[in-house]
Amino acid sequence: MNEVQCDSRRWYWWIHILVPLLAFGGLVWVFLQHGLLGVFEADIPPIENLMIQRITFTPEHIVLHVFNDGPEPVTVAQLTVNEVLWQFSMEPTITLEPLERGWVSIFYPWTDGDPLSFTLISRNGVTFEKDIDVSFLTPVLDKVHIQTFILLGLYVGVIPVLLGLLWFPWMRRFKENGYSFFLALTIGLLLFLGVDTLAEGLELIEEVPGALNGEGLLLIGILLSVLILGSVSYRTEFAVQKFGGDTRSLVWGYLIALGIGFHNLGEGLAIGSAYALGEVALGGALVLGFMAHNLTEGIAIVAPMIRHAFTMKRAFPHLVLMGLLAGGPTIVGTLLGGFAYSPVVGVLFLGIGSGAIFDVSFDILHHMAGGRWKSLFTLSNVLGFLLGLLLMYGTGILVLL
Amino acid sequence: MKRIFSRTLAHGMAFIGVALILVGCARVPDDAAMQKLQQIAQEKIGATGDFLTQDFDPLAFLTTWNFNNLPTEEREKYYKEKILPDGTMLREYLFYIEDKEIEVAPGVFYPAWTYNGQVPGPTVRATEGDTIRITFDNRGGKPHTMHFHGFHASSMDGSAPDQLVLPGESFTYEFKAEPYGTHLYHCHSYPVSHHITRGLYGAYIVDPKVDTRPKPDRELVMVMNGFDVNFDGSNEIYAVNSRAFAYAYDPIPIRTGERVRIHLSNMLEFDPVNSFHLHATFFDHYDTGTKMVPDLFTDIIVMGQGERAILDTTFKEPGMYMFHAHVTEFAELGWMGMFHVVDDPGVHE
Repeated sequence: MNEVQCDSRRWYWWIHILVPLLAFGGLVWVFLQHGLLGVFEADIPPIENLMIQRITFTPEHIVLHVFNDGPEPVTVAQLTVNEVLWQFSMEPTITLEPLERGWVSIFYPWTDGDPLSFTLISRNGVTFEKDIDVSFLTPVLDKVHIQTFILLGLYVGVIPVLLGLLWFPWMRRFKENGYSFFLALTIGLLLFLGVDTLAEGLELIEEVPGALNGEGLLLIGILLSVLILGSVSYRTEFAVQKFGGDTRSLVWGYLIALGIGFHNLGEGLAIGSAYALGEVALGGALVLGFMAHNLTEGIAIVAPMIRHAFTMKRAFPHLVLMGLLAGGPTIVGTLLGGFAYSPVVGVLFLGIGSGAIFDVSFDILHHMAGGRWKSLFTLSNVLGFLLGLLLMYGTGILVLL
Repeated sequence: MKRIFSRTLAHGMAFIGVALILVGCARVPDDAAMQKLQQIAQEKIGATGDFLTQDFDPLAFLTTWNFNNLPTEEREKYYKEKILPDGTMLREYLFYIEDKEIEVAPGVFYPAWTYNGQVPGPTVRATEGDTIRITFDNRGGKPHTMHFHGFHASSMDGSAPDQLVLPGESFTYEFKAEPYGTHLYHCHSYPVSHHITRGLYGAYIVDPKVDTRPKPDRELVMVMNGFDVNFDGSNEIYAVNSRAFAYAYDPIPIRTGERVRIHLSNMLEFDPVNSFHLHATFFDHYDTGTKMVPDLFTDIIVMGQGERAILDTTFKEPGMYMFHAHVTEFAELGWMGMFHVVDDPGVHE
C-alpha cells in the first residue's frame, strides 16, 4: 500500500514537472502548424545582422571572419573594399543561418600599413561594415610570433609584477600602523583595477554578438569568481586559522595574485588582439607605461604579508610564485588575443577578473575591520586608500600618453 | 578595451615593429609566387557572381523607345501613334506605377518604385511639334507624378502638391514635344530626392523637325544612375541603366566606322557630379542636344544632376573599349561598361 502511494506520488511529481513543458510543446506545435498570429507578422524589411569579427591578412589575400548575429538568414551578395566592388568567395555558402559562422575570401592587392574598410552587401541591400586602421600580415602561429607575444607578456606583466615584489624587504620594516596603511593602499589599488577591468569588460561587450548576450557573460564571470572565491575562503578559513596569521596572509597574497592574474589576462587579451587586428601599433612608450602601471600590482600582493615574521628564505619562493600567478596570465592573454581572439572569451575573463579583485578587496577590508567597520576610517587608512587610487590613476596616465 | 586601442593608436611602431618586420620577411612568398598572387588579385576587381533575374534587359533598353521592343499587339496597349491633319503626330502612351524589387547588382535587390516595372522608365521619343498624350495610372502605394523637362503648360507640370496623382488615381498629361533635344522626365512627388532615388525617371528625346547634323547609324539611350540600397543617404551601387557593370557582363556590339549617337542623361541622386569617359576615341558633344553644332570634341564630360547631352562617336579599330564614369569611385562601384567593336568594311562614314 505504502509502495503504491509512493509510486503514485512519484508519478505526480513527474506530471508536475512535465505539464508546463508539454503545454509549451503544444503551443510551439500550434504556432508551427498555423503560422504566427497576425500581430507578429509586420510587413517590414527583414532584420539582418552580420558581424565581421576578425580579418586576417596574407599576401594579396584577405579573409573576413563573419557571424550571423541576427534572427534571419543573411545572403551576402556583394562586397566592397574601400568603396570598390570586389569579387569574393565564401565558405560554407553565401547564405548564413542565424548563429552560423562564415569565411569571406578575397584576393586583393592590399598595401602594408594602409587603412582598409570592408562592406558586405546583403541580398536585401543591408550593409555590414568593418574598418581596419592599419593593415599588415596577420601573425601566424610560428616561432617568431610566439616569441614576440611571450616577450610582450613578459615585459608588460611578469617583469613589472616581480619588480614590484622587490619592495617586500623595505615594506617589512613598517609595523602596525604602516601595515594597515599598506593594506588600505592595496585596497585602493585593487578597487581601481577592479573598476578598470569591469569597464573594459563593458566596452568589449559591444563586440560580442548580441545573440550571445555579453552582459550576461560578464555577470556570470563576476559572480562565478566571487562565489567560488567566497566559498573557497569560507571553507579554508578555519583551516587557515589553525596555522595562524602567517598562512592567512599567504593565502591573501595568492588570492590577490590570482585576481590580478585575471586582470592581466584581460589586459594581455586586449594588447594581443589589438596588435593582431591591426588596430594598434605597439610602441615602446606604451609598453613602458604598462610596466609602470603593473609595477604597483606587486605592492598589492605583498602588503598583507609584511607584518608577519617571514624569513626571506621562506618568503622568496612564495613571492616568485605569486609574481608568476599575477604576471604569467599576461603571456597567456597576449597569445590568446594574438592568435585566437574572441570577444566572448574576453568578456568572460574580464568578468572573472573583476569579480576576483572585488572579492579579495572585500576580504581584506573585512579582516581590517574585524567587525568594527567605522574603525577603518583612520587617517592613515584613508590616505593609504587614496594613495592607492592615485598611484593607479597616475601610472595609468603613462599608458594613456 | 577600446580605451587600450585608442591609447595605443598614438604610438609609433617601435618595440614590436622590429619584430614585425622580421616576421614579415619570413612569411612573404618568393617573387614568382608573389607575382602570381598579384595577377590573381588584379583579376578580382568587380562584382561577384551573375545577375539572377532576366526581367530587365540592359542591351534592349539602349535601343528601345516608344515601346518599340514589344510585338505590335502588345505595343498598342502602351503606345499608339496617329498622324494629325497638320502633319504632326499624336503619340498616346500608357504609363503606370509599379512598386517592384529590381536587381541592381548581381544578387542585390532594391525595392524600387518604377514606371511600367522598369528603371529607368520607358523612353519617350517624339519629333518636335508632335502631341504627347500620356495616361498615367498610379498603381503604387504613394502619390506620384510625371514631370517632363521641356515646354508645357503649368497644369501639366506634375510638380505642385495639388498635381500629385494619388494611389489608385489616374491623370492624363498632354503637351507638345518642344524644344528638340535629349531631355528627361521624373516623378516630382515629395520628397523629390526620395522619389528619384527610388527609380522614378526616364529619358525623353525630342528629334528636331529639320536635322542638319550627321545622321547616326546607331542610337543608344543611357541614363546614369545609382542606388542607395541601405537607405543611408548615399549610393552603394552606381550604373548606367540601373545594373552594375551591365555592359561589362554584356558588352554593347558596335561596328567599325559606324556613327554611334549616345543620348546620355544623369539621374544620379545624392552625388552632385557624375561623368562619362570613353576609352581610345573622342566624341562630339551637344549639350542637352539643343543645337545643330557640337560644342565640344572630347573624351570626357562632367554632368550635374539632371543634365544630359548627345555624344556622337566612331570607333576606327575593332576591339573592346571601356567607358565609365571618370569619378572612378562610381566606376568601381558599377558604373563601367564595354563597347565590343567588330570589323565591318561595309560601313563607311
